[in-house]
Amino acid sequence: MASDPLKTGGGLLDDLYREIILDHYRRPRNHDPLNTPTCSADGANPLCGDTVHLEVGLDGDTIDEIAFAGMGCSISQASTSMMTEYVKGRTVEEARKGAQAFQQMMTSGETQSIEGFDDIDALQGVAKFPARVKCASLGWKTLEQALEGGGVITTEEGHESND
Amino acid sequence: MTLTTPEIAHQPFDIERIRRDFPILKREIGDSQLVYLDNAATSQRPVQVLAEMTRFYRDHNANIHRGVHTLSVEATDLYEEARGKVARFINAPRPEELVFTRNTTESINLVAHGWGRKFLQAGDEVVISEIEHHSNIVPWQMLRDERGIVLKYIPMLPDGTLDLEAARQIIGPKTRLLAITAMSNALGTIVPLDVLIPMAREHGAKVLIDGAQSVPHMPVDVQTLDADFLAFSAHKMLGPTGMGALWARYELLDSMNPFMGGGDMILTVTMERSTWADVPAKFEAGTPNVGGAVGFGAAADYLSALGMDAVRAHEVEVTDYALRRLGDVPGVTIFGPPNAEDRGGVVSFELEGVHPHDVGQVLDTHGVAVRTGHHCAQPVMAALTVPATARASFYIYNTTEEVDRLAVALEEVARFFGGA
Repeated sequence: MASDPLKTGGGLLDDLYREIILDHYRRPRNHDPLNTPTCSADGANPLCGDTVHLEVGLDGDTIDEIAFAGMGCSISQASTSMMTEYVKGRTVEEARKGAQAFQQMMTSGETQSIEGFDDIDALQGVAKFPARVKCASLGWKTLEQALEGGGVITTEEGHESND
Repeated sequence: MTLTTPEIAHQPFDIERIRRDFPILKREIGDSQLVYLDNAATSQRPVQVLAEMTRFYRDHNANIHRGVHTLSVEATDLYEEARGKVARFINAPRPEELVFTRNTTESINLVAHGWGRKFLQAGDEVVISEIEHHSNIVPWQMLRDERGIVLKYIPMLPDGTLDLEAARQIIGPKTRLLAITAMSNALGTIVPLDVLIPMAREHGAKVLIDGAQSVPHMPVDVQTLDADFLAFSAHKMLGPTGMGALWARYELLDSMNPFMGGGDMILTVTMERSTWADVPAKFEAGTPNVGGAVGFGAAADYLSALGMDAVRAHEVEVTDYALRRLGDVPGVTIFGPPNAEDRGGVVSFELEGVHPHDVGQVLDTHGVAVRTGHHCAQPVMAALTVPATARASFYIYNTTEEVDRLAVALEEVARFFGGA
């Protein structure tokens, strides 16, 4: 029986867990809380128990600083870490466009040729795992919520499995 | 063309023959043969159950209790025959004491509505435990919010067993109902009903057992259990989804209000009022899942032919092996009671530094199906201070070789995520 996960599943696993993703998971970027955030939001994936707390410091229209804390699977935490790297120093408008582009990538499975998306493109393979798309999207949805003024979002619609 | 149902003749317990009855076990997931270890969520179905259901729809299908025509009479007979089989499976004194429902959840809700709303008043206490499935928590919270009953929880100890000393304090003169699982779906803990039920009886309380995890896996005899209600599901015991049962003492069912109104549950209907049919029809409004009932009966037959003592013995053997084998994998922490004799065929675990979701994903590429998440038991996760666990759960067709496949795959997961 094959026992190397990199070889089983026809390399599918390799598509999901790219090295850069594991690197962000093991060493999350922008992980120290901000002193004076302008806005913040909490995101949760109730079924999996993934959580993301996001703090944003705005300077005018620019995301001057950003930090996150969270618990969850490698995909949810790595994706959030990559998102913070991307939006830091960009305008709110650019960040929102990034969030839309990311959703587009999750839906289509195609990379979006967005400047600065290099690491993020590694999450393209998640589109092949429909159950994991919500993990990858959590940080971005929490960002959109924070930019709307804050609050709490979940990626579920009240479903629960029964066992 | 006639359909024949393959014979079940697997005594003494012959795992190779049993596995041949489950064609799905030959499926390949990616390049690997399926190792199905998610039986606490739902079991697989043997060809005998599938054949009986197909035969019903092919040769006998009609609505029941309705017509004088031949098919309707046959369908009614098959439906009631299935009730008898499931009732005998738990040694119910009378088949009418077995109400067909959709699942364990509906069975518990039926008690909350039909019995709880009629007989419980503000201040009455319902005692459950910290290790319940959400299906035995939420209906009582809803009743609490509606009626002002008091909901109390027997706490869990760190090893996943219940705090029986605390239970002795919690169960008291105001307790009207002890509603408790016989086996935790999240940890596998077997609850000592022989200790808890007498505590409830001492105060004249009724007893509801959530048997979703116990009835499929060990001998259950309602005549020695000394409970009033037993709820369980067909799909966790080789039967179809969408089928469950509530067993209750006849007098209790007779005294309860119906849960839903409609066809099949009435005696007479006028524009002004209706009168109820007898037990159990009173609780089976509308056209029931007749094909599902037939499958449920066939599943009970299959398990009875194996013998539930043999089923339990097999699971203890596999679970004991799993506890030792998985316990040897570096970084694995197993939750719940340490001995296989004290648990059902459920092993909940975490792998250090790897989220259960990632564990489950990598195991899937090895063909190994486990459940990851909170297992509809969030209070258990909170008590263990983990967001989620991975859970392997076994049944009659699982082997120690499959446990090895799980363990080897877990070692790969650790290597995969471990390198910093």
